[in-house]
Amino acid sequence: MAGEARNLKNTNEHVRVRIDNVRKVFNGRNGEMVALNGVSLDIHDNEFICVVGPSGCGKSTLLNIIAGLLEPTEGKVYCDGKEVTGTGTERGVVFQQYALFPWLTVKKNVMFALEMRGVKGKQAEQEAMKYLEMVDLAKFADHYPKELSGGMKQRVAIARAYAAEPSVLLMDEPFGALDAQTRTQLQTELLETWERDKKTCFFITHDVDEAIILAQRVIIMSARPGRIKEIVDIDIPYPRTQETKLTPEFNALKNRIWSQVYQEYLEVRK
Amino acid sequence: MEKKTKQGSLADRIPAKVWVLLSFLAAMLLWWILSIIPATSRAFPNVVKVLASIKTMISRGVLWKDLSSSLISVVSGYVLGFVIALPVAILMAWYKPVRYIIEPWIQFIRNIPPLAYVPLIVIAAGVGRRPQIIVITIACFLIMCVTIYQGVINVDETLIKAARVLGATDKDIFIRVIAPATLPFILTAIRLGASVALTTLIAAESTGANAGLGMRIRSLNNSFESAPMLLYIIIIGILGITIEKLIKTAERRLTSWQEKREI
Repeated sequence: MAGEARNLKNTNEHVRVRIDNVRKVFNGRNGEMVALNGVSLDIHDNEFICVVGPSGCGKSTLLNIIAGLLEPTEGKVYCDGKEVTGTGTERGVVFQQYALFPWLTVKKNVMFALEMRGVKGKQAEQEAMKYLEMVDLAKFADHYPKELSGGMKQRVAIARAYAAEPSVLLMDEPFGALDAQTRTQLQTELLETWERDKKTCFFITHDVDEAIILAQRVIIMSARPGRIKEIVDIDIPYPRTQETKLTPEFNALKNRIWSQVYQEYLEVRK
Repeated sequence: MEKKTKQGSLADRIPAKVWVLLSFLAAMLLWWILSIIPATSRAFPNVVKVLASIKTMISRGVLWKDLSSSLISVVSGYVLGFVIALPVAILMAWYKPVRYIIEPWIQFIRNIPPLAYVPLIVIAAGVGRRPQIIVITIACFLIMCVTIYQGVINVDETLIKAARVLGATDKDIFIRVIAPATLPFILTAIRLGASVALTTLIAAESTGANAGLGMRIRSLNNSFESAPMLLYIIIIGILGITIEKLIKTAERRLTSWQEKREI
């Protein structure tokens, strides 16, 4: 398959994360369930990758394996050349459900990440404010998460993930629980941030538009067992804005990716 | 939610403090009616007689003795119950074998009224302070253990994952995630435990105590002195509601970050 060939293609770019022939089997009540099979992928430095696929295609499982929260049944994952055996601060995660500590204020949530890195006291506080300014929430530093909207919570979670200074950011449908308007707003903010610092991103979504607007490469996964079906290069130049969604290139890519995802969706329903 | 009827809106317009007063007056009225109906008047002597019995009990030199004796038993049993419940609950939540072995028995014993096993405790521990404390400890332990255990197993898994990917060690996760996430349940356990400690008092003091609110009620029963009996019952009630209010205030302060409020 053309996609697989490209996916293991040697490039000059530095490989941040290498996923090498990963297979994951869950032993459930209804017997074995193969969630992932033969998944290989190189995530290059400064790359923005989006993964799309029908629910149940194992995209979250793959993210959890990269994060070190799950162990692969077979195969290995390497980050910066080292084998992944557990969680590590070089791999930051943003969860769909925000996962903010409700008993800590916004600022202290960000400080948690800094303190785990050994930054203490006043300095942690100052740095936390810097990250909150990045997501435009400095005003809400002393609020508790329950006082924030979903979009604001997710921005705090992103600030917290950045504060850990990971070399790759793993995002598990981070905007999936937000309304359409907030979602586009956060996409725009994330794009601006990425265009500035080019932090390597591995972003899971079920929204094809979101995948195309953000990513340099879109990975389409097939379901049961989850495997990489096709990799689509998104050649639309940055900076991208919401208006990019109106261009013919965007729509051509959207049709192409959408039909592939839809086919998989029908497969799952069978 | 209540329906927005005319009465509902009237109820909303009257301030809470006025409602407390109205509720108090209603109870006093009921009490007064009970005290004049011949059938109930012997069991419910009027307010004046009950208040007068404060003096009687003080002059007999038992009121403070009873109060302090009961408080010593309640507080010791309660504190002991909590000190045992906390680690047991955590062990149950963390280690499945511990959970599978202990939990069914906690549920089993929890449904037996303490009064039923008091004689066994007296046989084993003799009379005096010791069996009283043991009875209260058992009752408090059971309710607090179950409540705290529920709290520890219900800690949101994603929060633990979030801490772990930020580089938290097991110790960090325990101190900085599990402990604060469980705090609301611990406070609920503390509140429920206090209430159980008081409701177990009568059973605890039926172990041949020589003073105590519960013991005194039983002994006044033998001489048909209903005024001081009613006084003692009211004292237990006041103690209970005061402790509950204090703990609730602490709860509200310490867990104001919660999305959902208490039950």
